[in-house]
Amino acid sequence: MTTHLLNVRPYGEDPVDITWSDGVITSVVAAGTAEARPDDDVIDGRGLIVLPGFVDLHTHLREPGREDAETIASGTAAAALGGFTAVHAMANTNPVADTAGVVEQVWRRGIEAGRCDVHPVGAVTVGLQGERLAELGAMADSAARVRVFSDDGVCVSDPVLMRRALEYVKAFDGVIAQHAQDPRLTEGAQMNESELSGVLGLRGWPAVAEEAIIARDMLLAQHVGSRVHICHLSTRGSVDIVRWAKERGVDVTAEVTPHHLILTEELARTYDPRYKVNPPLRTADDVEAVREGLADGTIDVVATDHAPHAREDKDCEWAAGAFGMLGLETAFPVVVETMVIPGRLDWRGVADRMSERPARIARLADQGRPIAVGEPATLVVVDPDATWTVDPQRSPSRSANTPFLAREMHGAVVHTVLRGRPTVSEGVLT
Amino acid sequence: MSTHLLSAADLSRDEAIAVLDTAAELARISGRTVKKLPTLRGRTVVNLFFEDSTRTRISFEAAAKRLSADVITFSAKGSSVSKGESLKDTALTLEAMGADAVIVRHGASGAPHRLAHSGWIDGVVVNAGDGTHEHPTQALLDAFTLRHHLSGGEGALDGRRVVIVGDVLHSRVARSNVLLLRTLGADVTLVAPPTLLPVGVESWPCEISYDLDAALPGADAVMMLRVQAERMNAAYFPSTNEYSRRYGLDVRRANLLADEGIVMHPGPMNRGMEITAEVADGPRSVIVEQVTNGVHVRMAVLYRLLGAAEGSGDPAEPALSGSLEEAAS
Repeated sequence: MTTHLLNVRPYGEDPVDITWSDGVITSVVAAGTAEARPDDDVIDGRGLIVLPGFVDLHTHLREPGREDAETIASGTAAAALGGFTAVHAMANTNPVADTAGVVEQVWRRGIEAGRCDVHPVGAVTVGLQGERLAELGAMADSAARVRVFSDDGVCVSDPVLMRRALEYVKAFDGVIAQHAQDPRLTEGAQMNESELSGVLGLRGWPAVAEEAIIARDMLLAQHVGSRVHICHLSTRGSVDIVRWAKERGVDVTAEVTPHHLILTEELARTYDPRYKVNPPLRTADDVEAVREGLADGTIDVVATDHAPHAREDKDCEWAAGAFGMLGLETAFPVVVETMVIPGRLDWRGVADRMSERPARIARLADQGRPIAVGEPATLVVVDPDATWTVDPQRSPSRSANTPFLAREMHGAVVHTVLRGRPTVSEGVLT
Repeated sequence: MSTHLLSAADLSRDEAIAVLDTAAELARISGRTVKKLPTLRGRTVVNLFFEDSTRTRISFEAAAKRLSADVITFSAKGSSVSKGESLKDTALTLEAMGADAVIVRHGASGAPHRLAHSGWIDGVVVNAGDGTHEHPTQALLDAFTLRHHLSGGEGALDGRRVVIVGDVLHSRVARSNVLLLRTLGADVTLVAPPTLLPVGVESWPCEISYDLDAALPGADAVMMLRVQAERMNAAYFPSTNEYSRRYGLDVRRANLLADEGIVMHPGPMNRGMEITAEVADGPRSVIVEQVTNGVHVRMAVLYRLLGAAEGSGDPAEPALSGSLEEAAS
């Protein structure tokens, strides 16, 4: 089977026709020059932009354990609609993904769902308890070939355990993705600690609780010569510390979520747990700092931290609400609005931060690849000018906790192609 | 006052003075043998208490009953967070019973705000204390008490100096008082160890001090906040003794106040901790009076939120009716 994607602009550059067979790109030629045979599939790209399929380093698919909130099938459907061709399923499921058995199950369920590659993230410690290392090697050697390990949701706060984990994963080129949150400084924390938290009477989550752990982990990674990845960095101080560490040659990478690129703590004034997330929404100055960091490459990737929650876990008072918000379907438009339209990232930059670098960090060989002959036809076609309104009713996600309810978004995913097979066509799941 | 009373910031200066004036009218009636008014006859007021607070609950109960409302008390302690019935289901139940007003005390900051804005209920919501956020009727009763002693029982509190001492970080009373007393023109100074002041307190409309002896001289009133001894275990201060020495109110300190200066406490007190028994029971203390005033102020709030909205019903007392009508307009 041969497919032609006609008249698309790779990275927003000159229009081309792209042809693939058996999932591999066989030709990239000037637009209007591809020769289609009658039984070939043809997709009209309408001069839209084509990028390598997006790769999410940070996704909560909730399966196994909370299939009422999301499943691997429903989450990967949302991912495909968001332009993602690979997601990393976080380990804080029930049971926790801390054994080869659980990660292989998640990996297989991803293959069955078929809409998006699912790479399980392995827990760093048994049961996310922060007490002893999980069998990281067994997960790395399993069919799921785990390379990213994280206790996300909980910080690996014990400095000795963190040091050992950083050292241990060097044997199989793994990476520890740290949820940077000093537990003692954030006991009972509900929102960013600031002038506003004092007024609202909500226990504060101070920036230093994130920054102190990041600083420590930079130094640990340097000391043991390993690489470390910082999850959902959210403060100006964190950006400064990572920038400093990169200048010193520390092998560190960092991610920012779409919501930390666009939303601020002011939303806590509503006391609506829809806006309750960990790390919390920060100040406008922090938002500016993470945009700067993403623009200059200090922050390597945009990762969604897509965190579905059942309705009853958000339809309550703030203190009782669960932390987290949906992100897969709105990540791209947030990047368009905050980075592309203001001229802070070009389309090469978007491909780099949403596809190429996350694939490299996770050591995925067939994602985040160039759009060129011989490369996998794993692509996303986007319309940066389209506008649409967020409506959870229309999402395949089992949850509705988007912070962008009824908000108009700029930029839409039109086609998603996974190894030659369309998973989304004209904005609709295939 | 708008539709609800969630924060002391909901009250403009004129509205706050009007509530206090209404409370003063109602206080005059309470001196009579028959204390009850028919104003809220046929209306249902629900006391929804997710936290134990006997004094606030009975104060609101007494206020609603004296206005002839039907009062339902729903003590939902233990069913608040994560266990048992949710706030939403409780609210829907109350709505189904036809509550005209819900007076809510909840351990979670913002819970009354959620009740008022979630669409779960149509009734009026009165915040009777939410987490470490606000307690606006406490601030109103404090303002009423201050006005009685410092401003001849009328008008505002312009230029009066009030010192609030203690665990500001965890105090809803302090937050509401800072907002309301400032609205009424008073100058407020917060005094606490730095550990018990919230981040960003510099931006509040008040002065901040760590030194009680420096803040008290010449002040018109001092309000002592309850300090829980357990805070010591979280390293907010080293020991109760050290706290008392630095921030406790004894007779020597009370006498630093202006000649007619008064001593207040929202209760319940830790005698010997933030306040000595001599001061609590001494001539400057208006602590018991605060409790009495609580009923009048809460009557005024219910009257203005429910009675005034419905044209004040059928007041028994024409003279009172006229003045209440005027105050409510």
